[in-house]
Amino acid sequence: MAAGETRWERPSVFPRREVKWFTYLAVVGFFLWSAWDLGAAPGRILEGVGNAAALATDFFPPEATPRQRTRIIEKMLESVAIAMISTLTGILVSVPIAFMAAENISPRPLYTLNRGLIAISRAFNAIIVAIIAVKAVGFGPLAGIITITFKTVGFFSKLLAEDIEDIDMGSVEAVRAAGGSPIQTLLYGVVPQIIPRFAGLSVYRWDINIRTSTIIGIVGAGGIGSVLLTAFNRYDYGYVSAILLAIIAVVLVAEGVSAVVRRRYQ
Amino acid sequence: MLAVSNLEKTYSTGDEALKGVDLAVEGSETVAMIGPSGAGKSTFIRCVNRLTEPTAGSVELDGTELTTLDDDALRAARRDIGMIFQEYNLVERLTVMENVLTGQLGYVSTWQAFRRNFPPETVDRAADILDRVGLGGMADKRVDELSGGQRQRVGIARAVIQEPKILLVDEPTSSLDPETSETVMELLTDIAAERGVPVLINIHEVDLALDHADRIVGLHDGELVFEGTPDELDEAGLDTVYRGADPDRLTDRATNGSQPAEGDRVVVNTTDAASGGV
Repeated sequence: MAAGETRWERPSVFPRREVKWFTYLAVVGFFLWSAWDLGAAPGRILEGVGNAAALATDFFPPEATPRQRTRIIEKMLESVAIAMISTLTGILVSVPIAFMAAENISPRPLYTLNRGLIAISRAFNAIIVAIIAVKAVGFGPLAGIITITFKTVGFFSKLLAEDIEDIDMGSVEAVRAAGGSPIQTLLYGVVPQIIPRFAGLSVYRWDINIRTSTIIGIVGAGGIGSVLLTAFNRYDYGYVSAILLAIIAVVLVAEGVSAVVRRRYQ
Repeated sequence: MLAVSNLEKTYSTGDEALKGVDLAVEGSETVAMIGPSGAGKSTFIRCVNRLTEPTAGSVELDGTELTTLDDDALRAARRDIGMIFQEYNLVERLTVMENVLTGQLGYVSTWQAFRRNFPPETVDRAADILDRVGLGGMADKRVDELSGGQRQRVGIARAVIQEPKILLVDEPTSSLDPETSETVMELLTDIAAERGVPVLINIHEVDLALDHADRIVGLHDGELVFEGTPDELDEAGLDTVYRGADPDRLTDRATNGSQPAEGDRVVVNTTDAASGGV
């Protein structure tokens, strides 16, 4: 065969070249319109940087009176406690939902119902859930526990259900074929296959929950967030930066612990 | 004794995997079912213990009709049916012992199962069987540390501890090298013979079937097209099983005026094939 007789081009997702260019143009156009419409003009950004720099100087040095210091510690412990409790309650609620939301082991109607529950939990940001929880049970850590439990379910059930869907069904079938009951089949066929992932997800969610618990206090759901809001409202920037440093320290420790534990398990 | 009659399976996709198959496995014989991929061998075996629900037909094990059992009765019946799988189907993250004891789950409560609290006799029996299959001392190894041949030995032990009335074996050697296949088949048939358990085995390696089976049945496109001893399986028989019915034989049947009825089968006759071979 003479050279150049075979025409070859890399297969493309676009049926025609014109469609490709039109798509790219549309995407770029949408970005430009968004920036214009939201008023994100370069001039305003520069001005903002100046303001932020001025504010940053107010943040230094971080300072807290002894009373404020006790308040930070007290409320930070509350945040961590909220995270611990709601990680536990969240996982307890999540596990049955995860099993029911796994397509390969759950009947269709149950699967749909539980996937729906998960979708609802994932649809709302923690702050929105916290506002509703505060309305329901009043200010304080209980609202925080409800919020984070609810958010944990959306995350934990979804990821665990996906892991259950990925297991080797052959082993499950073998347990069933030997005469195991449905619960025994779960215990011997399914659970051993998802245990490592379960442990990893639990620690990961614990670390996310610590981060969440430091912020939901802003809407009154307990923890360090409320102190942060008060400090901002009083323009007490030294105090604000002391609180922020405390939050950063706790979150870093939680992330570190989480990373180490997860590495050990996988 | 396992007696299957007129077994049919049509999948929801419309595929007719089994078109009325009759088969009996009795005493302590080893019956090998051969046939090309897609002939319905696995479907047949899976319909016996209803891992796949048959569409029509009857499956009787020692006089109990299995196809109509409710969930509880089916679980009880499955305790008496050992199954060995192509991909071993062990739980990789459990130990060898836990995998073997899985064969006894039907006899303990869920709580006992959860606590791994099996009766001491059962554990003794499991240890004996592990010795027998050559895995003595490996009870606490996790299955994912084992080789393929060792895994299939665990699979055999799990089925044998059930003290089954029949062993269903689905392509036990397809994931193994030829030498390991031979030893695994040898072990499987020996252990079944020692215990007097009949074996129904799906296998596509005809040589292994010829060496180890008492009787061979051939499945082609959902129909039983051959039945006979290993000696009776000749070239013509293999042709029938792997390439569809022999045209000559079809003509014979047509002239005899008998249309192939449901469950009809060609029983290959050695002398006939020798004279009329292609």
